[in-house]
Amino acid sequence: MGRSDETELAQARYSYGGDEYVFVELSEAMSLKVNFRAMAITNKLRGENIEGITDICPSNASYMIRIDPDVLHPDDLISRLKELDEEVGDIRGFELETRVVDVPVMMEDPWTHETLMRFRDRHQDPDATDLEYSARINGYDSKEDFIEALLGSPWLVTMIGFVPGLPWCYQLVPPEEQIEVPKYVRPRTYTPERAFGFGGGFAVIYSVEGAGGYQLFGRSPVPVLDVQQRLKDFQDSIVFPKPGDVWNYRRIDREEFDRLEAEVEEGAFEYRKKDLVFHPDRALEDPHAYNEEILGVLYGD
Amino acid sequence: MAIKVRQPGLLTTVQDTGRFGEYALGMPPSGAMDVFSYQVGNYLVGNEEGTAGLEITYFGPELEFTEAAIIAVTGAEMPPKINGEEAPTWEALEVGDGDVLSFDYLKNGARSYLAVAGGIDVPVFMHSRSTYTLIGLGGHEGRALQEGDELEIGESPSGSEQVGKSVDDDHIPAYSRETELRVIIGLASYRLTEESMEEFLNTTWTVTPDADRVGYRYRGGELKFVEREQPAGAGSDPANVVDFGYPIGSIQVPGGVEPIVLMNDAVTGGGYATIGTVISADRDRLAQTKTNDKTRFRSVELDEALEARKQRLQQMEEIRQALE
Repeated sequence: MGRSDETELAQARYSYGGDEYVFVELSEAMSLKVNFRAMAITNKLRGENIEGITDICPSNASYMIRIDPDVLHPDDLISRLKELDEEVGDIRGFELETRVVDVPVMMEDPWTHETLMRFRDRHQDPDATDLEYSARINGYDSKEDFIEALLGSPWLVTMIGFVPGLPWCYQLVPPEEQIEVPKYVRPRTYTPERAFGFGGGFAVIYSVEGAGGYQLFGRSPVPVLDVQQRLKDFQDSIVFPKPGDVWNYRRIDREEFDRLEAEVEEGAFEYRKKDLVFHPDRALEDPHAYNEEILGVLYGD
Repeated sequence: MAIKVRQPGLLTTVQDTGRFGEYALGMPPSGAMDVFSYQVGNYLVGNEEGTAGLEITYFGPELEFTEAAIIAVTGAEMPPKINGEEAPTWEALEVGDGDVLSFDYLKNGARSYLAVAGGIDVPVFMHSRSTYTLIGLGGHEGRALQEGDELEIGESPSGSEQVGKSVDDDHIPAYSRETELRVIIGLASYRLTEESMEEFLNTTWTVTPDADRVGYRYRGGELKFVEREQPAGAGSDPANVVDFGYPIGSIQVPGGVEPIVLMNDAVTGGGYATIGTVISADRDRLAQTKTNDKTRFRSVELDEALEARKQRLQQMEEIRQALE
């Protein structure tokens, strides 16, 4: 799997989001490389502590900056961003200090199953479950093979948002192995919190209950958002995921789901996680070999 | 205790300027939708800028004061009454222990603001007192006011010298059922066909019932997207893009039929193509529109947006100085 299969460096689109935002679309298409670039550029910008910047929001294939235009003119920011883009280039040699995290998820759990059955009339295929449908359109012979692909390689957290704490995750696999599914024909009015969903090329954990249009595959017993900050992982922030995290979704059974949910209830739960210096070069060159190494860091002693 | 909620109204929340700097966590700013009316209320009662007040939507509450206070009602034309007697808006008023503030039916606009000298004293959450009801944080217990709630008033920075001061008539906005909002076209506007962009700007849109603090949804035209092979990660619908950030004020058109302008409790990102952004100076007026009102969008360049921003700040500064 070589670099040539990655999207070539596209011309970034710089745009004003009214008078208070600058929006930069690095590429219309998602790829690991473009997300690494978005992270590298926004990390550099954050390090510069430029006066007049209030929010720096990296996203999947783009990023967005909120400014106070009375202090910083949007055009001055754009000039600087173009320079940073040059400096980052094709991210060769870029390192990301991050962490690798174990995220338990129960596939085909009763709660999302009840939900997806309730909204069958809004789905492309009312006669199949979301998982069966997604397996079929991605060319998998069985649901189990599809689950194996989903949970067989770790994911990169590429964006946080929609609602507080919701992580978008893109799988650390070559482009031809990326899974892609459409969103619901019409969005649901209800999704249970902690649902494990999939839409476009992205896996998500719904941080709160609410509307949603992603295919529903399972549910996590543990939160990504803790407004009360009861759990240890949330002492510094009400939101657990960070852009650049590497997450390994690990399949669990009902027994473990109930045990972990009880641990959360007691306030005792803590994510299994390890520090990681992530090398995008290696993830692009030989993702599967690099993933093995990363999982060794997470699960080795 | 200083304010007892006898009736909560339709949707009454504690708001200040907002919770900025947390957008990357998916946390929208919340805060007063019509910043002008909200801030001028603070000037009237002698508060610091950014002191928390109440945002009152469509139908007013009934509030009993359990201590003397200086208050001002600004924003929508929803005539306030003190102990049943009509009271002026855009003016600092004195209320005494036991006085009851209520509101007549909404005549114009959509949101009134109640400023109280000293501010509504609720706990600060992530450097703001603004209510974000979706996940239940900030404000009074993270939710809209309910019957029986009791609110504390903070320490007032000024005395009764503010009472009777009012805003000059020529600074008081008139709310119309027809509004023009200035927009900077951009973001993923390349997704719309040229004809559809023209149609977007030439259509008189109607505000649907789906118009709240998250966003305003409009009806009135049908827009088409440029045909393309959908890029990796975007999903198959032509309205979809690879999920990205949504600015406050940004306009998206799911399905091509219902443009949505995102407001203070916005979803911070998602996979619908955005085509432009309502400029900050016009969001106060947007917040005073309501269901069935008409709206047109006019394309402007950045310079005009910055000039409008400057003028609005100057106007607010003039009002502030006149009330000092």
